[in-house]
Amino acid sequence: MYGIGVLKGLWVTLVHFFESFADDIRWGGKRYYTAEGIQHRRSSDTKGIFTVQYPEEKLPVPEEFRFIPFLLYDVDENGNAHDRCTSCGICAKVCPPQCIWIVRTEDPTTKRPVPEPVEFYIDVDICMNCGYCAEYCPFDAIKMDHDYELASFDRHAEHIYNKEKLSKPTSYYAGIRPTNYTREEKVRADEEAKKAAGAAARAATPAAAAAAPPAE
Amino acid sequence: MTTETRPNASAVNNAGYDMPPEMRQNVAITTLDKIWNMGRRYSVWPMMFGLACCAIEMICTAASRYDLARFGMEVMRPSPRQSDLMIVSGTVTKKMIPQIVRLYNQMPEPKYVLSMGACASGGGPFKEGYNVVSGVDQYIPVDVYVPGCPPTPQALLHGLMKLQEKIDGESITKVRWYQKGEIPAIPVPILGPDIIDPRDYALIREAKPAAAQAPAAPAAAPAAPVAAAPAAPAGTAS
Amino acid sequence: MTDQTPKPDSSATTPAAPTPKPESSATAPAAPPQAAPVEKSELEKKFPDAVKRDARPGYEGDVVSADKLRDVAMYVRDDLDYDFLSSLTAVDYFSDLPNAASHMEVVYHLYKSTGGGSLVFRVQVPRDNAVVPSLIDIYPGADFQEREAWDLYGIRFDGHPDLRRILMWEGFAGHPMRKDWKEAYFEEELKPYKNRWPEGQVYRIEDRNPYGKNNKYPQGLNPETVTETADPLLYENLEKAAREYSEDIDTEQVVVNLGPQHPSTHGVFRMAVRLDGETIVALKPVMGYLHRNHEKIGERNTWIMNMPFTDRLDYLSSMSNNFGYAIAVEKLMGPKAAPPERAEYIRVIMAELTRLSNHLWAIGFLLNDLGAFFTPALYAITERELILDIFEATTGSRMMCNYFRFGGVARDLPAGVLEKIKDLVHERLPRKIDELDLYLTENELVRSRGEGVGVITPEQAIAYSAAGPVLRASGVPYDVRRADPYSIYDRFDFDVAVRYHGDVYDRYMIRIDELRQSLRILQQAIKGIPGGEIMTGKNPYQIRVPAGEAYGRVEGPKGELGYYIVSNGKANPYRYHVRAPSFINLTVLEKMCVGQKVADVVVNLGSIDIVLGEVDR
Repeated sequence: MYGIGVLKGLWVTLVHFFESFADDIRWGGKRYYTAEGIQHRRSSDTKGIFTVQYPEEKLPVPEEFRFIPFLLYDVDENGNAHDRCTSCGICAKVCPPQCIWIVRTEDPTTKRPVPEPVEFYIDVDICMNCGYCAEYCPFDAIKMDHDYELASFDRHAEHIYNKEKLSKPTSYYAGIRPTNYTREEKVRADEEAKKAAGAAARAATPAAAAAAPPAE
Repeated sequence: MTTETRPNASAVNNAGYDMPPEMRQNVAITTLDKIWNMGRRYSVWPMMFGLACCAIEMICTAASRYDLARFGMEVMRPSPRQSDLMIVSGTVTKKMIPQIVRLYNQMPEPKYVLSMGACASGGGPFKEGYNVVSGVDQYIPVDVYVPGCPPTPQALLHGLMKLQEKIDGESITKVRWYQKGEIPAIPVPILGPDIIDPRDYALIREAKPAAAQAPAAPAAAPAAPVAAAPAAPAGTAS
Repeated sequence: MTDQTPKPDSSATTPAAPTPKPESSATAPAAPPQAAPVEKSELEKKFPDAVKRDARPGYEGDVVSADKLRDVAMYVRDDLDYDFLSSLTAVDYFSDLPNAASHMEVVYHLYKSTGGGSLVFRVQVPRDNAVVPSLIDIYPGADFQEREAWDLYGIRFDGHPDLRRILMWEGFAGHPMRKDWKEAYFEEELKPYKNRWPEGQVYRIEDRNPYGKNNKYPQGLNPETVTETADPLLYENLEKAAREYSEDIDTEQVVVNLGPQHPSTHGVFRMAVRLDGETIVALKPVMGYLHRNHEKIGERNTWIMNMPFTDRLDYLSSMSNNFGYAIAVEKLMGPKAAPPERAEYIRVIMAELTRLSNHLWAIGFLLNDLGAFFTPALYAITERELILDIFEATTGSRMMCNYFRFGGVARDLPAGVLEKIKDLVHERLPRKIDELDLYLTENELVRSRGEGVGVITPEQAIAYSAAGPVLRASGVPYDVRRADPYSIYDRFDFDVAVRYHGDVYDRYMIRIDELRQSLRILQQAIKGIPGGEIMTGKNPYQIRVPAGEAYGRVEGPKGELGYYIVSNGKANPYRYHVRAPSFINLTVLEKMCVGQKVADVVVNLGSIDIVLGEVDR
């Protein structure tokens, strides 16, 4: 009979309509503005209202989420900040749209490069959030941020991020990417240990130093 | 949603005048600006206008999960004549910019432009390309820039809230569209041997062609990133 | 920079390049018999003085002299049965050294619609007067590709009836893909740029341009005298096409422009339509409104830098784009870059999830075009969002995944993601696809708007190089996953979806079918995924690829997605071309629409399922 197909379609929309109430009732008041409510709405058996009420509730971003890059610095026990970046330039070389500018430090007396950048710029109007800088950085010094709430009224003054704006402490990184942080710190600690062992061995017997692999 | 409207309602209800406590329950005073802006900020109608990748995220913002309707912005109008907001969502090319300027000119005042994503703001990863406009603000004035490539729907919503913030700060006695005189339309660029902005006629005639050909001189004075704000966005002067 | 000198050592490291070269067979290990050498010699035998084998190491196929090209093409199509012109593209072999040879080359990749490997031949012409006979009447699918080569390279195709610029506008100065053409923001020939490090004083490139914009003008230009020529020429050609449709024009015809700003053109696409009443008598697609110079930028990038750029081609299915590019480069790098088992499974899972999300989107928006405004799209987007959650958790981005690397994938699946995929693939999506089916398939309005509309016969589909769902809905069961298997698709049990009417309704149905087949593949892949490494060797930030050429293709959600790459052994590709299915599928749009009502234009377009990022690149 003509019209059966249309009725079937209307039935589907009707089911959707009632589901939106049924699920709300089933969850009571807990379906919105709670972490498990958000989690339920993004799970594979979500039904009914699918909407996340941004800005009151925000969809938690996964650990791998990437937005604009940022630079890491370690804070030592005296409260001094040390950039992890050694200004080796790999991120600037691998950046597909070439949006990273780095000025390498030179020691004023010896004129040799110092492993810390004087300046570090990222033009966020060029950056394509691809994550290569973070992926290929050998020193875990540049990572992709989770902060996406960056809208502004003026790009000319604000959209070239300098080192000050880019730098964030390691603790912030540990907060947004705990798994990666733990894994990377383990590798770093292992390498440090290896380096220390190598140095110790070198100090003990110069012959053994040749056998120890360079720890970088 | 109710949680969002409540604080704003009280904000409207406060014009900075002291009221006797007994009258607070019965009388509401406010400024015309606040009423006016509240009406506007909750009924911004964006134009249904997508350019590139960011347009997909814009559609997702309007769709089930992020639901632009919560902001009173669900009425996406395919016609510029009925819309208040142009979301420039994606790479602006030279071939497209005449149409974008035309669409902008066709929008009635008050009108806003939100530049979504790196491409629309400053050319993005495709900036070096021969057919890419490095920033839509070279042709039309932009109110809010949303960085990201592409900005996630939540980032776009944040940008839209920034726009609402901007609307809140306006005063009907000062905004340019309620001033005397007509606001001139932005001249539409022409597709010649390269895109020609009619505002640049003098510059094109005078410029030494050799200078135009020369690649960027690495010796040029480095621009300090924060201080060096080049000429204001092209359209704001008009 | 245009190093064409054959490097014998590099040819020894390219065993995967399918190059049967008798002369150099001592150095090149046995190549897979992708293109049967018998046929090649046949081509040579048949045209002894017009065809000779391409002797450059790493290259395959024959070089055909331009005056015999049409005869060769006719023979290849009719006698050798290579009826599907997959890709036609140009390469500018340019050298500014005084004695070096420079020439333009047009490369043709052909396949049989019954499956199997490729046949490659090429034409070499001088750069300053590049004229090649057009193959448009032998392979109508060459239409847009020839126009693109004319637009970007300035190669004139003799006999092409409508040789206008296609991506840039008529009147644009120069042919931008030529190696000696420089854009206004030109900084250096190749990336990485030297001034980013260690003296990286930041600047905005527009501040160094005399106009503050991405513009440059020829000498002595008086801007006030410039007029636009693109549209008059377009309307002239439209009228010509209309006259072909009906000689006697007794009613007044009107020209309607749909787009570039139109809610149902799926982006910045424009169709100039000539109408007689409500009937379409001629239609010309106008594109290039999103031409982002992907290929020009791609030739400046290093190999790895192109990966995130491919995300932005078909931005609805970035994983498939990654896949195609990775396969093309791995083909050139040889078996040492073959990804490990687990990576292959992850690749297939991601590519099929991409197909699911793309087809859901396509169905939703086809229904939008049919007038069911937004409810079907909302339901489809809900499911797509759940798939995007998986992409976001795995790769870090919802749309721009940038996940594949040469020899593997960027990172392993995080904890819990495989379970989530399992839930979706086994529980939710089959149910939801059934619901979509119940919701739409039998709907009388969908049927009456779709059945018998925009019919494409199988012969037309093949001739116009249509690919993917458009081809299969016309009754040609051609799927690259089966016809020319890549990765590990030969291990999975699935059917090539095929429908036989070739109308809009079948193009809708084929997507429902493919959703179900993708689920089948996914269920098998999830079951079979092994543990282990996800990357062969290291993941260096700069790779060198042996000299030669490769054409890698995958079955993307929109159709056959091919990458033609030429390497000269350096860190940057010498030529990087994308055979974009959306772009080439549009060739058939005019055939679909002529004779139909204007209301069907948007439906036909929606049923092709284009993405402008890929059309214009």
